[in-house]
Amino acid sequence: MSEDYVLELEHIRKEYPGVIAIKDVTLQLRRGDILGLIGENGAGKSTLIKCCSGAVIPTSGKIKVKKDKDGEVKEFSRMTPQLAAENGIAIIYQEFNNVGELSAAENMFLGRPILKKNGIVIDRKAMEEEAAKAFEQLNIKINPRTLVKNLSVGYQQMVEIAKAIQQNAQVLIMDEPSAPLTTNEVESMFKVVELLKSKGVSIIYISHRLEEIFRLSDRIEVIRDGEYVDTLITDKDPATIPHQVDDLIKLMVGREMTQKYPPREPCVRDEVVIELKDVSGNGDENISFKVHAGEVLGLGGLVGAGRTEIAQVIFGARPKDSGQIIFLGQEINPRSPREAINLGIALLPEDRKRHGALLTNSIKNNISMPIYERISKGTVIDKKREYSIAEGYREDIQIKCPSIHQLVKNLSGGNQQKVILAKWLAAQSKLIIFDEPTRGIDVGAKFEIYKLINDLVEDGVAVLMISSEMEELIGMSDRIMVLAEGKMMGELHKDEFNADTIMTYASGVIPENKKEAI
Amino acid sequence: MEQNRFAAAFKQNAIWLVFIIEIAIFAYFNPKFLSLPNIINISRQVSYYGIASIGMTFVILIAGIDLSIASIVVLVNVVCAYLMMNMGWNMWLAIIVSIVMATLIGILNGFMVSTIGIPAIIATFASQTIFRGLAYILSGGLPIPDVLRYAPEVGLNGNPTLSFFARWTLNHWSIFPKTGIGLIPVCAIIMVICFAIGSFILNKSYFGRYFYAIGGNEEAAELSGIRVSKMKYLIYALSGFFAGLAGIIVLSRTGSAQASSLVGFEFEVITCVVLGGVSVAGGIGHMSGVIAGVLIIGSLKSGMVMMNVSEYTQMVVQGLVLAIAVGFDCFSKKRNAS
Repeated sequence: MSEDYVLELEHIRKEYPGVIAIKDVTLQLRRGDILGLIGENGAGKSTLIKCCSGAVIPTSGKIKVKKDKDGEVKEFSRMTPQLAAENGIAIIYQEFNNVGELSAAENMFLGRPILKKNGIVIDRKAMEEEAAKAFEQLNIKINPRTLVKNLSVGYQQMVEIAKAIQQNAQVLIMDEPSAPLTTNEVESMFKVVELLKSKGVSIIYISHRLEEIFRLSDRIEVIRDGEYVDTLITDKDPATIPHQVDDLIKLMVGREMTQKYPPREPCVRDEVVIELKDVSGNGDENISFKVHAGEVLGLGGLVGAGRTEIAQVIFGARPKDSGQIIFLGQEINPRSPREAINLGIALLPEDRKRHGALLTNSIKNNISMPIYERISKGTVIDKKREYSIAEGYREDIQIKCPSIHQLVKNLSGGNQQKVILAKWLAAQSKLIIFDEPTRGIDVGAKFEIYKLINDLVEDGVAVLMISSEMEELIGMSDRIMVLAEGKMMGELHKDEFNADTIMTYASGVIPENKKEAI
Repeated sequence: MEQNRFAAAFKQNAIWLVFIIEIAIFAYFNPKFLSLPNIINISRQVSYYGIASIGMTFVILIAGIDLSIASIVVLVNVVCAYLMMNMGWNMWLAIIVSIVMATLIGILNGFMVSTIGIPAIIATFASQTIFRGLAYILSGGLPIPDVLRYAPEVGLNGNPTLSFFARWTLNHWSIFPKTGIGLIPVCAIIMVICFAIGSFILNKSYFGRYFYAIGGNEEAAELSGIRVSKMKYLIYALSGFFAGLAGIIVLSRTGSAQASSLVGFEFEVITCVVLGGVSVAGGIGHMSGVIAGVLIIGSLKSGMVMMNVSEYTQMVVQGLVLAIAVGFDCFSKKRNAS
């Protein structure tokens, strides 16, 4: 180690039976640096950090740790959770390891409580004091006695970070930390990260959002298909960032990305597919809008603005309290997803793994799930038809898989999303609701999803697209509706699209010049 | 990939290897184990485990559990015997009414689990207690004996119009334990038919697809258009139905209905199903594995009896088999995961 590295991964390789998750990745983290780690989904980022935590045992390769500046370099062929903790490596996963029913302080000392002198009874007071100190160090205001379930997601994450720091972590690995957070929470998380850096903590920051990587990192490492590609030094000059983004995307994808959003000929038809008239329920109030055939209506707003909730109402997953839903000229009131599906309404949920895909079922079964009763004689499935339908969509929308018998859990996020879309295409849906269509999906696959949305509207399908990504919203929509706190804030036509206006609406403020329009 | 598929196929059928090894061991220690009378005897013994295991397979596939089946079997015994012995009913009518009752109990379980939302383990434990209690009440705690021999006479002593049914019963009741096609006992044939129906439901009909989907992820299944609640009713009803059928087989074998019998039968059936590779977490399992699981437990019991192993030791062995079989599966999963 010529330079002062806290953590070095040398030629890490991880094989699973039949799959190579990581071919050969080398990573060097310098003391006090923030290293942005990027790569498409399935590139091996998660496996790599699990090698650092001890959750995954590498097939070969070395992990070198130098905890203190003048300390010795320790070399490991594998980590265990204990070793990782001893060597000051802490990981903030996407899903937190919190116990909601315990207080913030108790969570911080989970598994290693401070005991009173008698050695039996937990010293709650001491734990609360220590926790308060840790929070203070990070400049965050959390009452150590608050139950974690009552904290916002952002604060829950802070408890995790504080726990790591309290345990004297020198290396903090953060896996997509901004994904569950609202814009404001992301901002405070950044502040904490920068504060930690100034205190000499080294950080590996994994994110799909490149602007975050540029904002925070000192260096950026790119991996692709389980292999190390390149490490760049971050240039924070705003003028060069667009150029750097292009370079990074090229490195990640391994091919040129000419456009982020594929072009689409305007194809909005006059026919109204769905109209909501003053619909209330599931936390939303008086929502009214129309979606035409061949139109993408973007639904903008902050997390918790009630966008997913209105989608659930349309899809029959939650009941409405009042108002009318008119679908293809008829008033409907779907009381179950089945009824909505039979009408021709489809929903691609935000949380793919929990609500969208049936992970333990095959691609073929996923695609045919809504139409089994249609492709069966009596109750007997027409297996030839089942097979040909799935094969057809596999080719049509290019689901990358060795066979349609493969389980969906073994697919990348982008391909999982395609399977869910194939399911709704098979069900001949006329209105497709996309809830965060590209969340957690890598750049290359995003482009393909956008192209598929374009194909859909060109065929006359109506699309309602919920998105928290401003660029996506503006890039893909024909019209944008913004919600805040369960209420409609405003509607923008294509010529009015503007990130600032959308943001203003989303934060619940109606701009002066628009007030009379509502 | 090819190698992978081979490995998967091997793993799915590894349970059959266990069965063969088990048979070989018993045959080595006691050559009579593979004699025709013993094989026929085993097939009779496993038949009601096999039949009850089909419904249980469906229930466990959707990550549920049905603890009420032993009570259903016992209640079917008592009710069917009561109808024939004390009321002089026709045998077939008594059988049909008993099985319908068993199915209704299953539907009640479905109602508690699906509509009310009681966890399956509690809901079916409640009905276990309720229906065994009812069996005791109906039988007065005493066995209803000699169903096979005395049923007709009891009928004759009663209403004379019943005598026709009674004579008819005498002629037909005995088909279950005594007759068969060639040497194969009728109860074994019924089991084979039931397994065929079970495999059909799981592999050929869309219900099977739905079961796997619900077991994999209930919420996603609902959002894919499956009426999860209805399916749960169906599955618990099927479990009740198959338990009811198993109850008829039990009655025909023992010839006496006793409310205190078959304690712990539900756990033996769960053992067969889980041994057969059906994951208690739901979504994973095959009928062929369950058949192997039933045969393993059935021949294990018979083999141990032939080797003069005491009943208490049998319990120990059965528990060990379950722990080792499931432990092996869980351990290999755990190792693959890291």
